[in-house]
Amino acid sequence: MTTAVLPAPKSASPTWQWFRDAFRRHPTAIVGAMVLAVMMLTALLAPWLGTVDPQTLAPIQRLKPPSGEHWFGTDMLGRDVYSRVIYGSRISLTVGIAVAAFSIAVGLAIGLVTGYIRWLDAIVMRVMDGLMSIPSVLLAIALMALTKASVGNVILAITLAEVPRVVRLVRGLVLSLREQPYVDAAVAAGTNLALILLRHILPNTVAPLLVQGTYICASAMILEAILSFIGAGTPPNIPSWGNIMAEARSLFQIAGYLILFPGLFLSLTVLAVNLLGDGMRDALDPRLARRM
Amino acid sequence: MIVYVLRRLGATLIVMAVVALFVFSLLFLTPGDPAAVIAGDVATADDIQRIRAKLGLDEPFLVQFGGWVGRLLHGDLGTSIFTNLPVTTLIGQRVQPTVSLTLLTLVIAVLIAVPVGVVAAAKAGTWTDRLVMGCSVLAFSVPVFVLAYLLIGLFSIRLEWLPVQGYRPFSDGLWPWLSHLILPSIALGTVYMAFIARITRAAMLDVLSQDYIRTANAKGLAPRAVLTRHALKNAGVPIITVIGIGIALLISGAIVTETVFAIAGIGRLTVDAILRRDYPIIQGVILLFSGVYVLINLLVDLSYRLFDPRIRY
Repeated sequence: MTTAVLPAPKSASPTWQWFRDAFRRHPTAIVGAMVLAVMMLTALLAPWLGTVDPQTLAPIQRLKPPSGEHWFGTDMLGRDVYSRVIYGSRISLTVGIAVAAFSIAVGLAIGLVTGYIRWLDAIVMRVMDGLMSIPSVLLAIALMALTKASVGNVILAITLAEVPRVVRLVRGLVLSLREQPYVDAAVAAGTNLALILLRHILPNTVAPLLVQGTYICASAMILEAILSFIGAGTPPNIPSWGNIMAEARSLFQIAGYLILFPGLFLSLTVLAVNLLGDGMRDALDPRLARRM
Repeated sequence: MIVYVLRRLGATLIVMAVVALFVFSLLFLTPGDPAAVIAGDVATADDIQRIRAKLGLDEPFLVQFGGWVGRLLHGDLGTSIFTNLPVTTLIGQRVQPTVSLTLLTLVIAVLIAVPVGVVAAAKAGTWTDRLVMGCSVLAFSVPVFVLAYLLIGLFSIRLEWLPVQGYRPFSDGLWPWLSHLILPSIALGTVYMAFIARITRAAMLDVLSQDYIRTANAKGLAPRAVLTRHALKNAGVPIITVIGIGIALLISGAIVTETVFAIAGIGRLTVDAILRRDYPIIQGVILLFSGVYVLINLLVDLSYRLFDPRIRY
């Protein structure tokens, strides 16, 4: 008896198929995701990417323009800029992702509760309105001026600036979700408040929050660079893109590459995150896709 | 109308009170001893005590806050720790460059971004539209100071068309003033323009799908008249709103732009204050900027009727 051997399907695996479909529909988002993935790998694999210790001083080698030996040149202390930029990606990505995660977690918790409990809403929203009327750079500056410079404090300061926006978004969602018939049904069935929030309201906030999270990540990376650039961010002994550019402030006329390379990496990473966010927004809300 | 204005004014006062309470209580809420942080690493116990007394940290919270608010209402923003000058004086000396920069940027940005948004909406789905939207994503992704250095590198160093840095007051003549502000305004205004253009486009797309636009087109009006007189005016409310909200971008950006272009404005004052950890200045600047921001947005709210007479307060 012979068994018929089915030929392997011509088209590639379902994963590959899915990827091709996704790419056709949202090409920019996929490109963004890929660039972001490369940046993350770069951050993880920094020690093995032909870098040297980003803090090694070599005064004789100071301010050398880009060459075969120093791909991105050296700074005024003779440190290898390529290594500093590669290691710098760790700070930007850490800050971006941490701020996105924390501000969504905190904003979600506050927004869920205030959106549902009326008397709390009035108070909390006035506080949020107040916080939102302080431009985020200034809000972060105020915090950084009073604390010791550290990556943790940078994350804390930017998170505080971003939380009110998340609260407002979540609250708006909750206000419309609580009017849904299935919430009425849950209330009528005697479900307690915590369960209504967690099981019936929370799942519906996930998609908009994912999109918001990418935008927060992008703006947090820019904010970290701005804070470091004006001397209120990551401490100078840690190489971050903002710090490298801050140190080049007085040198940009003779050593523009000190600004160019970190600036390029930063812009590219933020662009990738923004493209990913736009793609996710379009995928999750096709009605908006045409408009924004 | 008057009731509405009063109510909005009341809400604005509450917001400002929250801002004041917040910037004041930060001194107490931040972990560690702010006096020690402000004094720096080489400070003696005496220095720290002196700063603590100066910030009023040695008194109970409510006493301090009461006194601080009282002085605030008399227009006293406190004294700088480093220079011992009143914060209002320090800010007053720096107002002109910052106002010049932000106002010029505002005007340029609105004049460019609104027409660009209108064109993108009119040509929705075409390459023009995609180009505009692509450029706006790019504008959101390049930090102000990176763009500023690129502009300086190209227009000041390579082409030598414009001065590299600095600021000249308006009294020195129109061109010296303007030439020192062109690059800073472009750098500062780019994100703002992207923001306005996007919202203008979205608002216009909404309006363009309305029946009265079809009617206007059907009766043979020139496309330009339909776009400006019928569509743009009806898209006015979201556009003026985003112009108001976007002021926050201008304020944040001005701090950075003034640093890059060595413009001695309020932003530069703030950055110097950070380096010296001169908290009273930072406090004063935040109150001032937030006040301006809230006030502008109040005016924006009140202007809605100009665009849409159906709005009743």
